[in-house]
Amino acid sequence: MSELIPALSADELAAIDAEIAHAPYRDAVAVDALKIVQRHRGWVSDESLKAIARHLTMSADELEGVATFYNLIYRHPVGEKVILLCNSVSCWIKGCETLRARCREGLGIDYGQTTADKRYTLLPVTCLGACDKAPVLMLGDVLLENVNPAGLMATLGASGEEGT
Amino acid sequence: MNIRIDGVEYPATKDRNLLETCLGLGLNLPYFCWHPAMGSVGACRQCAVLQYPDEEAEQAGRGKLVMACMTPVSDGARFSLETAQARRFRQGIIESLMINHPHDCPVCAEGGECHLQDMTVMVGHRDRRYRGRKRTFRNQYLGPLVHHEMNRCITCYRCTRFYRDYAGGTDLAAQGCHDHIFFGRHEDGVLESEFAGNLVEVCPTGVFTDKHLVHDYTRKWDLQSAPSVCAGCAVGCNTLPGERYGRLKRVHNRFNAEINGYFLCDRGRFGATWVNDERRLDYPGLRGEDGRYNAIDHHGALQRIVSSVERGAVAAVGSPRASVEANFLLRLLAGPARFCPGFSAVEQPLVGEALALLRASRATVPDIATMETADAILVLGEDVSNTAPRIALALRQGVRNRAYAMAAGLKLQDWQDAAIRNLAQDQRCPLFIAATAATRLDPVAARSLRLATPEIARLGLRVADALAGDNSNDYSHDNSHDNPDDHSVHREAAAIADGLRDAKRLLVVSGTGSGDIAVMQAAARVAEAFRDTGREAMLSLVVPEANSLGQALLCEGNGSPDLDALAASAEAGEIDTLLVLENDLYRRAATDQVDRLLANCQRVIALDQLDNPTTSASHLAVPAASVIESEGTLVSLEGRAQRCFPVFPPHAERHPAWVWLLATLKELGREAVSDWHHFDDVTRGCAAAIPALAGIAAAAPDHRFRNHGVRVPRQPPRYSGRTAMRANVSVHEPKQPEDEESPLAFSMEGLNRDQPAALLSYVWAPGWNSNQGLHRFQADVGGPLKGGPAGIRLLRANGGATPLPRHATAAFAVEADEVLLVPRYRIFGSEALSAISPGIRELVRPACIELCAADAERLGLADGDGVQVGDNAAALPLRIDDAMAPGCAGYTAGYRETAGLAPNTRQRLRRVAHFSPPGPTVIGSDRGGRHG
Amino acid sequence: MNALDRALTHPLTRNVTPERRPFDLAAYEAGGGYGGLHTAIGKLTPAECLQIVKDSNLRGRGGAGFPTGLKWSFVPMEDGGPGHKYLICNADEMEPGTFKDRLLLECDPHQLIEGMILAAYTIGADVAYVFIRAEYLLAERLLREAIRDCYGKGYLGRNILGSGYNLDMHVHSSAGRYICGEETALISSLEGKRANPRAKPPFPQVSGLWGRPTIVNNVETLCNVPHIIERGAQWFNDLGLTEDAGTKMYGVSGRVKNPGCWELPIGTPIREILEGCAGGMEDGYAFRGLLPGGGSTDFLVAEHLDLAMDYGTIGKAGSRMGTGTMIVLDDRTCPVAFVQNLVAFFARESCGFCTPCREGLPWSAQLLAELEAGRGQAGDLDTLAMHVDFIGTPGNTHCALAPGAMEPLASGLKYFREDFQRHIDGRACPYCEREAAA
Repeated sequence: MSELIPALSADELAAIDAEIAHAPYRDAVAVDALKIVQRHRGWVSDESLKAIARHLTMSADELEGVATFYNLIYRHPVGEKVILLCNSVSCWIKGCETLRARCREGLGIDYGQTTADKRYTLLPVTCLGACDKAPVLMLGDVLLENVNPAGLMATLGASGEEGT
Repeated sequence: MNIRIDGVEYPATKDRNLLETCLGLGLNLPYFCWHPAMGSVGACRQCAVLQYPDEEAEQAGRGKLVMACMTPVSDGARFSLETAQARRFRQGIIESLMINHPHDCPVCAEGGECHLQDMTVMVGHRDRRYRGRKRTFRNQYLGPLVHHEMNRCITCYRCTRFYRDYAGGTDLAAQGCHDHIFFGRHEDGVLESEFAGNLVEVCPTGVFTDKHLVHDYTRKWDLQSAPSVCAGCAVGCNTLPGERYGRLKRVHNRFNAEINGYFLCDRGRFGATWVNDERRLDYPGLRGEDGRYNAIDHHGALQRIVSSVERGAVAAVGSPRASVEANFLLRLLAGPARFCPGFSAVEQPLVGEALALLRASRATVPDIATMETADAILVLGEDVSNTAPRIALALRQGVRNRAYAMAAGLKLQDWQDAAIRNLAQDQRCPLFIAATAATRLDPVAARSLRLATPEIARLGLRVADALAGDNSNDYSHDNSHDNPDDHSVHREAAAIADGLRDAKRLLVVSGTGSGDIAVMQAAARVAEAFRDTGREAMLSLVVPEANSLGQALLCEGNGSPDLDALAASAEAGEIDTLLVLENDLYRRAATDQVDRLLANCQRVIALDQLDNPTTSASHLAVPAASVIESEGTLVSLEGRAQRCFPVFPPHAERHPAWVWLLATLKELGREAVSDWHHFDDVTRGCAAAIPALAGIAAAAPDHRFRNHGVRVPRQPPRYSGRTAMRANVSVHEPKQPEDEESPLAFSMEGLNRDQPAALLSYVWAPGWNSNQGLHRFQADVGGPLKGGPAGIRLLRANGGATPLPRHATAAFAVEADEVLLVPRYRIFGSEALSAISPGIRELVRPACIELCAADAERLGLADGDGVQVGDNAAALPLRIDDAMAPGCAGYTAGYRETAGLAPNTRQRLRRVAHFSPPGPTVIGSDRGGRHG
Repeated sequence: MNALDRALTHPLTRNVTPERRPFDLAAYEAGGGYGGLHTAIGKLTPAECLQIVKDSNLRGRGGAGFPTGLKWSFVPMEDGGPGHKYLICNADEMEPGTFKDRLLLECDPHQLIEGMILAAYTIGADVAYVFIRAEYLLAERLLREAIRDCYGKGYLGRNILGSGYNLDMHVHSSAGRYICGEETALISSLEGKRANPRAKPPFPQVSGLWGRPTIVNNVETLCNVPHIIERGAQWFNDLGLTEDAGTKMYGVSGRVKNPGCWELPIGTPIREILEGCAGGMEDGYAFRGLLPGGGSTDFLVAEHLDLAMDYGTIGKAGSRMGTGTMIVLDDRTCPVAFVQNLVAFFARESCGFCTPCREGLPWSAQLLAELEAGRGQAGDLDTLAMHVDFIGTPGNTHCALAPGAMEPLASGLKYFREDFQRHIDGRACPYCEREAAA
């Protein structure tokens, strides 16, 4: 069975082991390990989950319980960039629903969906802590502030063209 | 201490929470997440009551809602259950739970015994206001035993709390978040825990149900049940099998505060449905000239048994899984010197020694509940997870006493489950395990050693010496100073003794499972040495079968022949008629040996439930009732005699063995039995004849007992369709069978209340249709039954009058081409009858030989090879398993293929040239299919 | 205003520049940073530090406002045997409408680290964690760099400043979920588990992370500590305008001219923040109400605008100061939809442990959505009121999330009941209709 589970890469292992080094139990770094692997692979597949669980000497079932609790651990494939659209109240007042609608029209995706070209996944996110610049969203690792629908489409379109 | 509830003063106990207190007072307070054995976490918020700070507030009705399960009681505290505020809140909780519950009661296996139904009725919720959609889940295949229907879930977290926190399982977890929480596995697959079946009873609704019951369904109210005892191993867990239409439908736990408490293992819960098997014998079968069996009636069979016995020399083989009474009668028939107890030749001295040690030891012989009080545990050579699983569950609780001690330091009470787990994390009482292979308890052990059997014995002796502060014994034969391994054993023993330094109550567990008397003796010595330091020691020795100890008591000290002796006797032509009671000899000795034994007897009469190789080799096969269908006394590993009662009258000619044998003795005109008419007469006769068994008559009330003048019913008051059940045969309702042997009735008439605990035939109380109503039968919520303890302890220790034997053991070494053969038991497979029960049958894996990789390499063997052990005929597949101790080859014990192997012998393994391994085990194929 | 004056009146934001340039170790020290550390470590006993913090009347800035010194005093200081004690900084800022900790983290990470070292020293912790939300990537990077620099400088690690005191500090980047901000849920999460909150007692101060004594404090709370230690309790008390002490990070978001975040003396009147700092309402929008301290606080309305923003005053007005970051409801935003957004948020972020929160919040959110969609029915407001009662009463649920979630609904039903009723009577949202007409 074990050979069916792909190994973690050296980079992943090093990063996970660095966390384990200062944790009292191996499984205490479950969240860190999931994030490390997700950073390398974009998401956490069943196989990745099993590999992590094995490295942490915990069951895949228990790790699944942890992984599925947290909204920023992706147990499904996501696009190259995840659009984390803040839909908490300040951004909602300032029109985040318009941005969502624009994503639906312009990219053809709603919450939880990925564009056909696998470039973008749209997800709602908890208040991003930039309410004075509402509406805001994160495009990948970048926080975009005072987003207007046209600007958003331009940004997404522009990065779309870059890739082609 | 007193508390006030709704203006009435009630007595209360300090260490109890308010919910327990209310239930104990008979007040109806609904709850879900609290469990008497698992404590409180405050998840469901169902048990809300109003608490008043003082009298003035009580007068004014100004209070604060508190969760009763999370509220300690204190003297003078004031509460209200009945105030509208509390009632409304409890109703609101149910209404909230019903948002997503599918209301599929008519097609739900839990219906009629559903705690959620009961609580819904209790709070009076009726009309639904929620207008949204219900959440839906995909269910999982969890194996052949437990059915999964997640949409019914009310997210009380009891399942994971039992499975993970209580039973140590790791493959069931809460997943997801907010109102989308899923309890299941990472992916479809068989639940790994051997206690998974308890989910059926722990789940307050129909998420986890008994798969066998689901496919062969009867509502609880239509089930007939009676107090029974699990025959799966020697622990003696109390069970409530349920029957309808002559079929065993399911087995529920029967609470016994001293043994199984609330939980059974899966062998016990799912391992009894073999009684429905098509291979059950219905009529006596007489083998004709052509080798085929012809059915005859019981008169004919009785005449043939009698004439066979009269015609010549008789010998008999009893059975450690048959009742004390049946064995006793058979022994009476054949005479003590011609009665073989039915153990294998290897097992017989082991069981005898276990009994001798239990008698000789001055340590306490604990029941399961007492085991849980240990603050240090040493397991020597016994894989209890597979040989006596309920003990393994108890050991898991025992190691938590450290957590309770820590909690006491913070003034937390024992029921504050989550808080205590968070506090203690993985700090546990020391559990030391020495075994020939990895065990399922290793993850909770402070130290787990993999040693060859003789090393385990030596480790034990050295621990005993270290405890006694005696380092002088060099066990002169063992050349310890030359053997580097011995230094490690010595070091480990010192470490264990050191680890027991702060312990006050040590439990030592061992048993016949190692196949080595020296291991048990070493265990007894450790207990003795610990006790000699002025502390409390407990000694538990596991024996193999449900009545192994009863059989040992019956045959104690009179030199009963073992199977080898019997074979020799037969060889010498000294046996004309051999009677075999409920015993497939082909599981006790090598096939050719048994073949010879049976061939050397003129006539073989086998009395058994199922067709098996022994009945097939007999001249007369006589059908016997199963443990579920007959009266009987079984003696558990702690020496507790317990009574089983028939759940339903056996079919056709399946009479209880004691009936066949008593009738035979009467036909033979034996004086001793002339006045015996009832089962109770046999029990009393046995008690009178065998001093060691003198107590058995008191194991349960006799057949003349009446409860407030009436019998105890086997059928609940709502038992339905008695006239319709046989309508396809005849529209006339037959008279209900009468039970002349017990105070129970095959009927709903009678009184299921206030009875002695041994007569609890179902758990049902007004408003409490589920098994959660058990507290109505308990003297103390979570504590003993009102009817007192069930069963009676027979063992009287002789107070150290006999000194414990002290043997030197040779250092362990194997030749370059040898291995030490060690038994490996399996919860599913090593016990023959449970292994053919539907469900479990799918989990039984073929017998094999297990070696660690280094040994396999040493012997030039590879995984999947077929190997022969010594001159044993059967070729077995080899599995490389690094959980095996070096030098040891594990063989799957309890299987027919390995019946000829002798444990702890040095053997050569020979590779078989053209070996085709047994086909792959089907993990799951029954999705939506039907069992049986 | 010169630097010293600013440090005295705006201790938290003295290093916050308009372009939000982060201060590194050198810059932080150049401005007097780690003065508190040099004042205390090895010179003051932990008991003395505790007394100063107690005397300062510092209260938790994460929302609950519990006196910080008192919280620390519950940590057993006698030798607790083997094992650690822990200090955790709660940098899991997720309260809707709250954006103050991000500012402190991104501009002045050393201020937090200094506060953490001092707090850890006071309670005898030997390991400290910063639990930071996943999306604060810049803050996380700056913190990691700052911690590395502190190890280099001997402010962290073994024998800090030659005092014999040891402290290790780690950053844990979370993986989402608002509930992680609840201190016991945060502890569960830091242990690598599902972030279910824990029942109290036992409190984390005696049994927290891995069962050991643990203090969890908010970023802003800890950022105050160096200044209190360095300048004394009296100075800190004098900063407040009312009975509360110190300054507070206040913020305003919504339809105001100049949304933002400012450090002001605690007790500054709401109107001064709303109009003086945030510039009042955007043109074309009128004020209807505000949530004074994040999404889980009760509405205040026009009549409350002259109240002082401090714990006691806002509490007496029926709300909570919470995080001190206000969310303004304007006259063109539907209060029902506003509340629906919040309740749906809390329903999504419920950990799913206890029934009223797990089931009651989605039910409430669903009812509000029905109302907003014009499908409200008579009796729905009663059902909502029932939820407010059941879910909103502290103690009815396992933790404080659900009661907090009910605060905007409870107060919304009180102040904007007509709006709710019009949704039912008119079988439509009047605000949507007006927008559509416009």
